[in-house]
Amino acid sequence: MRGFKKYLLIEFKLFQREPEALFFTLIFPLILLFVFGSIYGNQPTPFFGGRGSVDVSVPAYISIIICITGFMNIPLSVANEREKGILKRLRATPIQPQTILTGWITMYFVVTMLGALLLIGAGKIFYNLRFDGNVLNFFIAFTLSTISFLSLGFMIASIAPTGRTASIMGTIIFFPMMFLSGATFPLQMMPETVLQISRLLPMTYMVQLLQGIWFGELWVEHLKEVIILAGILLVSALIAAKTFRWE
Amino acid sequence: MPVIKVEHLRKVYGKVVAVNDISFKVQEGEIFGMVGPNGAGKTTTIECLESLRNPDSGKISVLGLNPRNDGYTLRERIGIQLQEATLYDRIRVWEALDLFASFYHHSIDWNSLLETLGLEDKRNSYINKLSGGQKQRLYIILALVNDPGLIFLDELTTGLDPQARRMMWKLVQDIRNQGKTVFLTTHYMEEAEQLCNRVAIMDRGNIIALDTPESLIRSLGVDSRIIFSVKEPFEIDHLKKLKRVSRVECSNERVIVYGQGEKLVGEVVNMLTVDGVHFHDLRTEQPTLDDVFLTLTGHEIRD
Repeated sequence: MRGFKKYLLIEFKLFQREPEALFFTLIFPLILLFVFGSIYGNQPTPFFGGRGSVDVSVPAYISIIICITGFMNIPLSVANEREKGILKRLRATPIQPQTILTGWITMYFVVTMLGALLLIGAGKIFYNLRFDGNVLNFFIAFTLSTISFLSLGFMIASIAPTGRTASIMGTIIFFPMMFLSGATFPLQMMPETVLQISRLLPMTYMVQLLQGIWFGELWVEHLKEVIILAGILLVSALIAAKTFRWE
Repeated sequence: MPVIKVEHLRKVYGKVVAVNDISFKVQEGEIFGMVGPNGAGKTTTIECLESLRNPDSGKISVLGLNPRNDGYTLRERIGIQLQEATLYDRIRVWEALDLFASFYHHSIDWNSLLETLGLEDKRNSYINKLSGGQKQRLYIILALVNDPGLIFLDELTTGLDPQARRMMWKLVQDIRNQGKTVFLTTHYMEEAEQLCNRVAIMDRGNIIALDTPESLIRSLGVDSRIIFSVKEPFEIDHLKKLKRVSRVECSNERVIVYGQGEKLVGEVVNMLTVDGVHFHDLRTEQPTLDDVFLTLTGHEIRD
């Protein structure tokens, strides 16, 4: 893994020089929190099983951050690097592909977590956010969700012919998911037809897993979500590896 | 021992034969050029040598290694500049060098290279703020960062203005003068003629000639040209009768005399003086690799 430290450092630097990626990963979730927080507040209501709106929204917004990384940041940036010949230039050195891949995964995992921590911090400070789970369990659920959506992102980047198509594909998948998965509006409010669609969206299962573990529910209650996310991880990683191109 | 040895290299993309069947050797310390029009198979060849592409058949040895099996070891020891490959827009010059140096077991102090190549004051610039010539110079430094004995330059000067191009030529010569071997491709015949010790001319996937530029030009017996202007018409038959003259073209006041041999100019000028012809703006044009290419292929190399 020679060159890994420098490569990772550069990846971080490049990320923080992309205003759009920075905004959507770190600032946009906070805007969601403050907009909906100022409308609904965080008073406990029976509708949310004795929790407030913010308590329920924060784990859901974390899933939005994960989706932004997976469907917007990764496809655009990876497909662009391929299109511009950057990947080919890297390949013309002795750097190993696994060094590059590990660098990408580490960087995107860390910035996604940073976005989540900012959101949780703001929720605690401004809305007295309640967390009923176990930190380690939530971290595991977060990691599984993030890795599986990173993998989806790499799959889109590998399939898409250009940076532009990758970006369009990611956006087309992302926006309906954000509204139909229960991440922005609780599924309890949705009519049956919408629920049928939402059951087809990977993000729905991530929202349910993250909310459940956040509320302190047991893993056995969420086996279905864990299996689905692990399946997505496996299949998309396989497709990404099969279709990956340096140029 | 040759630094590069290629035997019967062949590469096909679908139905397109990019490289048909080529063989050649590159000796240590020479600037070896591969010239030919776009699509002749130059980039495919260079990328097979660089271990970035696998040939369909044929044997390649670069620094005694097989690019197909020893890619990582080979790339430690060679320098590569790619055609049309860029870097991140928002990486600073020093960051790019620092990054690339970290990929190699052995790397040199690139600060002195920055100075030598006149990029010292661009250290902190983003790459997308550099001019075309500055970018190419940076890519050369990146190719030299591991102190390779052999470097590959693919269309180094394409898109550069004449001044920047001449500066690149000087750089390439400096690299060779340090004892390194240079393998380059270009579609500028003039560049190959000025820069290369030996030139392989490629057309449609084949090497159609390989020699020093001087030998290539001499061997084909391509004519030199003497060009001058006259105020009034004169009898050109006298010129045509000269032994060394093969052809005379006249259009209005402009005359072009084709022929061969070192004494050609003297004889032509002498004849004009004897005939009392008032000529002016006389110049001579030696045949170039462009003429060689035209003679060999029957078509001009397109820019």
